[in-house]
Amino acid sequence: MSDYEAVIGIETHVELMTRSKMFCGCPVAFGEAPNTTTCPVCLGLPGAMPVPNAEAIEGILKIGTALDCHVADTSYFHRKNYFYPDLPKNYQISQYDVPICHDGSISIDVDGAATRIGITRVHMEEDTGKSIHMGGGGRIHDAEYSLLDFNRSGVPLVEIVTEPDIRSAEQARVYGAELQRIVRTLGVSDARLEEGSMRFDANISVRPTGSEVLGTRAEIKNVNSLRSLQRAVAFEIARQIELIESGGTVVQETRHWNEESGTTTSMRSKEESEDYRYFQEPDLVPIEVSAEWRDAVVAALPELPAAQRARYQALGVDARVAGVLVATDELGALFEEAMAAGGDPRLIGNWLSGEAVAWSRAEGVEVGASPVTASHLVELAAMVADATLSASAAKQVLTGVLGGEGSPAEVAEARDLVQISDQGVIAAAVDEVLAAHPDAVDGIRGGDMKPIGFLVGQVMRATGGKADPKQVQQLIRDKTTG
Amino acid sequence: MTDPADLTIKAAGAAMRAGELTSVDLTEAVLDRARITESHLHAFLTLDQDGAKAAAAAADAALTGGADAGPLHGIPIALKDNMCTKGIETTASSQILSGWIPPYNATVVDRLGAAGAVVVGKTNLDEFAMGSSTENSAYGTTRNPWDPETVPGGSSGGSAAAVAVGSALGAFGSDTGGSIRQPAALCGVVGMKPTYGLVSRYGLIAFASSLDQIGPFARSVEDAAVLLEAIAGFDIHDATSIRGDVPNIRGSLHDGVAGLKVGIVTELSTTGIDAEVRAAVDQTVDGLSNAGAEVVDVSLPSCEYGLSAYYLIAPAECSANLARFDGVRFGLRAEGATTEEMMAATRAEGFGPEVIRRILLGTYALSAGYYDAFYGQAQRVRTLIRREFAAAYEDVDVLVAPTSPTTAFPVGERAADPIAMYYSDVCTIPVNLTGDPAISVPVALDSKGLPIGFQVMAPALGEERLFQVAQTVEDIAGFTARAGLASSEVLQP
Amino acid sequence: MPVEIDIAKVASLARIALSPEELRRYGDQLGAILEHAERVQQLPTAGIPPTSHPVPMTNAFRDDVVTGSLPLADVLAGAPEAEDGYFRVPPVLGDS
Ligand SMILES: [Mg+2]
Ligand SMILES: [Zn+2]
Repeated sequence: MSDYEAVIGIETHVELMTRSKMFCGCPVAFGEAPNTTTCPVCLGLPGAMPVPNAEAIEGILKIGTALDCHVADTSYFHRKNYFYPDLPKNYQISQYDVPICHDGSISIDVDGAATRIGITRVHMEEDTGKSIHMGGGGRIHDAEYSLLDFNRSGVPLVEIVTEPDIRSAEQARVYGAELQRIVRTLGVSDARLEEGSMRFDANISVRPTGSEVLGTRAEIKNVNSLRSLQRAVAFEIARQIELIESGGTVVQETRHWNEESGTTTSMRSKEESEDYRYFQEPDLVPIEVSAEWRDAVVAALPELPAAQRARYQALGVDARVAGVLVATDELGALFEEAMAAGGDPRLIGNWLSGEAVAWSRAEGVEVGASPVTASHLVELAAMVADATLSASAAKQVLTGVLGGEGSPAEVAEARDLVQISDQGVIAAAVDEVLAAHPDAVDGIRGGDMKPIGFLVGQVMRATGGKADPKQVQQLIRDKTTG
Repeated sequence: MTDPADLTIKAAGAAMRAGELTSVDLTEAVLDRARITESHLHAFLTLDQDGAKAAAAAADAALTGGADAGPLHGIPIALKDNMCTKGIETTASSQILSGWIPPYNATVVDRLGAAGAVVVGKTNLDEFAMGSSTENSAYGTTRNPWDPETVPGGSSGGSAAAVAVGSALGAFGSDTGGSIRQPAALCGVVGMKPTYGLVSRYGLIAFASSLDQIGPFARSVEDAAVLLEAIAGFDIHDATSIRGDVPNIRGSLHDGVAGLKVGIVTELSTTGIDAEVRAAVDQTVDGLSNAGAEVVDVSLPSCEYGLSAYYLIAPAECSANLARFDGVRFGLRAEGATTEEMMAATRAEGFGPEVIRRILLGTYALSAGYYDAFYGQAQRVRTLIRREFAAAYEDVDVLVAPTSPTTAFPVGERAADPIAMYYSDVCTIPVNLTGDPAISVPVALDSKGLPIGFQVMAPALGEERLFQVAQTVEDIAGFTARAGLASSEVLQP
Repeated sequence: MPVEIDIAKVASLARIALSPEELRRYGDQLGAILEHAERVQQLPTAGIPPTSHPVPMTNAFRDDVVTGSLPLADVLAGAPEAEDGYFRVPPVLGDS
């Protein structure tokens, strides 16, 4: 495997969550009865004309500038001509030689290594309708007939194309996740892969390590989760290497990812490149983005995931924890709120990414759906700080709070986890333990410090774990060496 | 007394407001005229007699109640059948749209409704507006009311013939390469193409989007101005529609041409122009000169390439615009074992030969390897033509030329020769490429008794000046002949 | 000289099913028309930008407002074939 290098580029389509469609006043809605959110424009009826949605243009500018792209002063809509039944006009309004945003980049982190992925272009287009293939088990090749629903036709679609800078399946997944996070942070799309509002196509080729020549690429379509993206890319890399090693050649083709079998299969070979006969859309005029407009979009950008992670790390949160917090809306929101209320970043970050996530997985309940609040987290951290709870007890308390047992104070009380604060009680327990282990005491006095840990353990055991171990250790030192 | 069907819009409006005429009477007169002439002319694909009468009755009631919607109130008009009319079959004269009833109105149709106009029907055209004789209709040829052995011009031949013969007081057509002006010239009526973007194209079944423009047919320049004013102005449904004020067209209509500079376009006025047409144009130009205009010759050498550029650009755009006619969502569907086969069979069966020819031509001109030499080059030539016109308008106020190189030609004469047919538009095409407004005004009859049109062109949004000159042309030409009067058989039941 | 055209490929791109005889006829006609249209190549146009839109304008947008859709009955009224609110077509061969 190490003799080959994979070269991967990803094309992502993201549906924008505008109120109305790209070129008409139909609502952008999901789950409506078929063809009920359609009109002359998005049905491509004779005479109908497109008018671009200003909010969609704003949305793509947000994405483009968040990806550090150049914004074209003037860009154009083109018609991409091809016949397909779910494409009502039999051309898609898209962009061609001058996309609205181009030449950007995104930085992804895999195992602590930052990689820059170039963004070739970000362009605006319209979505197609949906086909349902009837009979023949729903498989396209065996279908008896097809049904068409144009509700999705004309939903604003942003296409984001990377340079072939991705080198592994893991990087592909991380890129996809980061892009998803960015568009969600921007609030322009819900970017749900399973619902198709975000879709990936991956172009994959392999070449001998060190070679500058690109191998023949295959394009994988129909990837509808981040996990599938990683699996599909990994499978395809392995398939191509195996093919080459066994003396075969990779053909340029489109391949379909089969979720169940975990394999890619050939859909069609691109024996001749498609002739889309692009030409400038005469029903639309150019888009001109002034420097003021672009600057206003940049100024209004929210904090992006990379910046958010860096800010958390600056608070003392470790990189992995920051990644988890930023990747999960509800955790990030709880964390932010807790920080605003003065909570301890390290403790709360660790709890959220550790205990909270573990509890959520075990119980099958979202953390956001549990009774835990930011003020609970702040309160819990304060209890650790003032030694009311030990660190381990605090984790148990958090689990109790997540499970609905009450506030941290109530849970600590009910589960009897509050540390003993009465110095007299602890001192008595220490005395008792020291008296019971004279050899250990002698050893310490003779300069062997090893038994201290043993003695602390004995005191903790005697106090049911409710003593502050630091305090116990200090008392033992004082009483044996003082 | 004059048959109301022969009145101008202005005269009919005055009679209605004087209580001498009702919209119902006027509409009946127009429908009577259509009943008599249609068997000879076939100007209409659909006559909406019931709808028209109901609208006329409503217009009368409104006027009685004091609600006057303006100069088109109660006026019977006709629409080229490539404008969508909700609830009324709209076919663009194509088999592929046979029976199609749009679920929406074109913006111009809504605006005419608001202006109180009465729509009497949908007029015949060359299929998808592709042609210059109205012979390319899937539903039969329209005849010229001056001589039914000749064509009315096209593609808006039905609208031109209807206005000429009195089965509408005004009408609307679309002009992509001359499709309003050329039939207006051949039918002896006024026909006008507005500045690109002045009138909404929403609901106009597109032929070539960067060239198409809806405009009026009328029996007088002033009527044409009234019709244009009713439909002009920004429309949010058309992204190419011009924002801003509509030119005040009628305000300066009678200001004359004294002090204006008129340029005769050499390239459009000499080679290939019929001698009688040239003589009539020269005479009109002399009239303008006598009326105080300064007349100069203007050379626009790139114009000679206009026709070639047009026959690449228009087919390229139409190849995409007509892709939606695929048998999936509306219109004709032919049999096919797969969707792909069904689409290809539907399109082969539904489109006529001229439409297929242009789709193929446009597909080729846009395809990989040929784009730059054909479509791309045509677009650059278009820039050269625009620049030449713009430079000319630095010096002159308006440009003039014949509208059509010949008067009406016999039915069938050019049908088998696409290139000869394409030359019918040589004088009208340049301003479609530039986007500028132009108007054709009838000025004379030739020795065969067929009308000759005089074309006036102005810079973009120069409608005010354009109509002012056109009004003077109308005044000096004194053209009063009416179609059907010359050819009496047309008016015989 | 008439232009040589792969007319079958053009017809296939344009999705029009033509017989060999029709292909030949249209091929000849297109060749003749293109011979005339080729005249545009005689003009020097180096450095000349193309005109796609005759009246220069930019940024014609609409506000993001829902203005409604057609009633389903109107949507399907012109459909050659419909089923359960969908448009129905013969089987689709190919991809996606
Ligand atoms: Mg795309
Ligand atoms: Zn719509």
